[in-house]
Amino acid sequence: MKKVQFENNFIPYLFILPQLSIVLIFFIWPSSMAIYYSFVLEDAFGISSQFVWLDNYKDIIFDSQYYSSVVFTIIFSALVSFFALSAGLFLAHKANGIIRSKGTYRTLLIWPYAIAPAIVGLMASFFFNSSHGDMYEFLNQIGWEFDPKSDPFDAQVMLVFIASWKQISVNFIFFLSGLQGIPKSVLEASLIDCKSSMKRFWTITFPLLAPTTFFLLITNITYSFFETFGLIDTTTRGAPMGETKTLAYKIYQDGFLGADIGGSSAQSVLLMIFVLLITVFQFKYIEKKVHY
Amino acid sequence: MKLKGLLFIAYFAMAMNLSASTNITWWHAMGGRLGEVVNEMAKNFNDSQSEYKITPIYKGGYEDTMTAGIAAFRARKSPDIIQIFDAGAATMINAKGVVYPIADLFDNYGVKFNAKNYISGVRNFYADSKGRMIGTPFNASTPVMYYNKDIFKKVGIKNPPKTWEEFEKTAALLKKAGYIGLAQSHSPWIFAENFHSRHNIKLSDKNNGFDGLATKINYNNPAMVYHWDKLRSWATKGYYKYYGKGWADNQQAFYDQKVAMWLGSSGSFGGLKKGAKFEFGTTYLPYWSKFIDKGAQTFIGGAALFVFSGKSDEKYKGIAKFLQFLTSAKTQYFWHKETGYVPITNAAYDLAKKDGYYKVSPDAEIGIKQLSLPAQEWTKGYRLGNYVQIREVMTVEFENIINGKKSASEALKSIETKANKLLVKFAKTYK
Repeated sequence: MKKVQFENNFIPYLFILPQLSIVLIFFIWPSSMAIYYSFVLEDAFGISSQFVWLDNYKDIIFDSQYYSSVVFTIIFSALVSFFALSAGLFLAHKANGIIRSKGTYRTLLIWPYAIAPAIVGLMASFFFNSSHGDMYEFLNQIGWEFDPKSDPFDAQVMLVFIASWKQISVNFIFFLSGLQGIPKSVLEASLIDCKSSMKRFWTITFPLLAPTTFFLLITNITYSFFETFGLIDTTTRGAPMGETKTLAYKIYQDGFLGADIGGSSAQSVLLMIFVLLITVFQFKYIEKKVHY
Repeated sequence: MKLKGLLFIAYFAMAMNLSASTNITWWHAMGGRLGEVVNEMAKNFNDSQSEYKITPIYKGGYEDTMTAGIAAFRARKSPDIIQIFDAGAATMINAKGVVYPIADLFDNYGVKFNAKNYISGVRNFYADSKGRMIGTPFNASTPVMYYNKDIFKKVGIKNPPKTWEEFEKTAALLKKAGYIGLAQSHSPWIFAENFHSRHNIKLSDKNNGFDGLATKINYNNPAMVYHWDKLRSWATKGYYKYYGKGWADNQQAFYDQKVAMWLGSSGSFGGLKKGAKFEFGTTYLPYWSKFIDKGAQTFIGGAALFVFSGKSDEKYKGIAKFLQFLTSAKTQYFWHKETGYVPITNAAYDLAKKDGYYKVSPDAEIGIKQLSLPAQEWTKGYRLGNYVQIREVMTVEFENIINGKKSASEALKSIETKANKLLVKFAKTYK
């Protein structure tokens, strides 16, 4: 094969310039601004501003609300990822086996993906409304004194439910394409060796899906960390007792509603580090178990 | 093709014509029925003259509007007039050079103005320490109690409770008949800030924050502990129900006739009148006779209009004119009648009286009467920084009390520690 070699050195840089500028403008610049503001105490309008070193970080360390937000975010993202992934996998597995009118099933299952999180939240707030919500009535009729407005546990259950529902369709698409990518010959061979379909699934199909599962795990965690913002803002807004605040939502509340730019920037820097650590951990330890 | 070209020219001619008048933007937080009335008032002003054109823009709730205004100012794209709610007053007034004080604006652009014309509960809330008004009060309201007359009649209760001691007896009767006694729509505003005013209790150091940047809040006091302990016990007994921190959710329970009494804003009157399918009455906010012989006055809530600095002379002329129109007795009376917000000037109040409005609907006068009770030492309201965040802390801790996770004194102590931290931070910002 002939190797293409550019004579001029700057042409390759020209090619990567668009990508590079996107990274610079949308990632590097805002993050460095966040780091800068995290060391600053400033009034809402930016009139007086002073450098306070680590004071903003100190405030966070002594804020009990911050820790309850960390705990909630971790549990929330673990549950949402678990439910959304398992439901997506289950549906994909079933849809893959369908012979008649599979196109219809697939299209219907993909639909919810097109709904914006804020709209999902609005719909949910109708369903779970205490004065005329169907889900609210149903749950109360089966004997659960369900009240997401004043009981934090109920509100958390509600959020996990709708956040998972929203994510199922994405997982479904990816799992379905992953399933279709598994060579037929392998499956046929396993059919000869093993009678139990359960066992076949867990020993042959699931390991072969590992790359897809790993990719989805990361996207699901990022989804529950950041994209659930719209859901929370249209349903609980962090209430009751401030126990449905993800870290991203707390940053918004403190920074935008509370006009505390320094404090919320410090929180975003911490969140940045946190997400970085999770990602490193995932690639270092979990990816080792994934075979492509 | 030709027609299109002609239309284009016509459109441009129209656009030119429109831009001949100075456009003034007004960001506000008045949704629903209130928004309609705002638009109507702007239209009345625009029709009354041709030099200036007011464009009201709805920006969402109070917090959203303030956030939008701050972001716009930082991006150097601030609107001309913005409506800011009570909890945001300290942020606006302390930010030097952000707003054009109303008193100066009126002086410089020849509008006759005397702070004494404003009713006493309204006068000081948006003024600096020397009493010069920085923002002009616009939609002034105060917490009052609404009660369902139909339910009261059915259960056989003659009068709504005047004190919280009486309330306990009333609520017990209602409970027997299957009704929840009470709901309320804003815990910090009604059960903390105005609770202090109604019982004449100091709210913070530095004269409730009016004499400087306060750093010590006074929410952990015997009356508050007593009241919140009671609320907790009422919640378990079914006398009181908390429908979450959302304003509308609590009001809805009153609409649905699950709850017999609801504490809301005097500004809710207009909406209730339109929406309620039952007869309701309005009365004063109850007080504990254990802590005060006769309930003191409450102070205003609601919001004021602030004018941003750095606009053209031409615009300020128009803004002064518009604010003069808005605070005129006639406009204020219209606003009062349509919405239930209290008239902010004595002239408007007199006009309403003269017109016989309170003879037809005496309930509409409760808010202003409560605001006009004799002033006492700690009834002037408060001016505290970072107060939006402090209210968030309060809401969380109050929910802890109602859910039985913390005792009232524990939660109030926690509010004080956290709030003081936020106050110190705010004071440091302006050093």
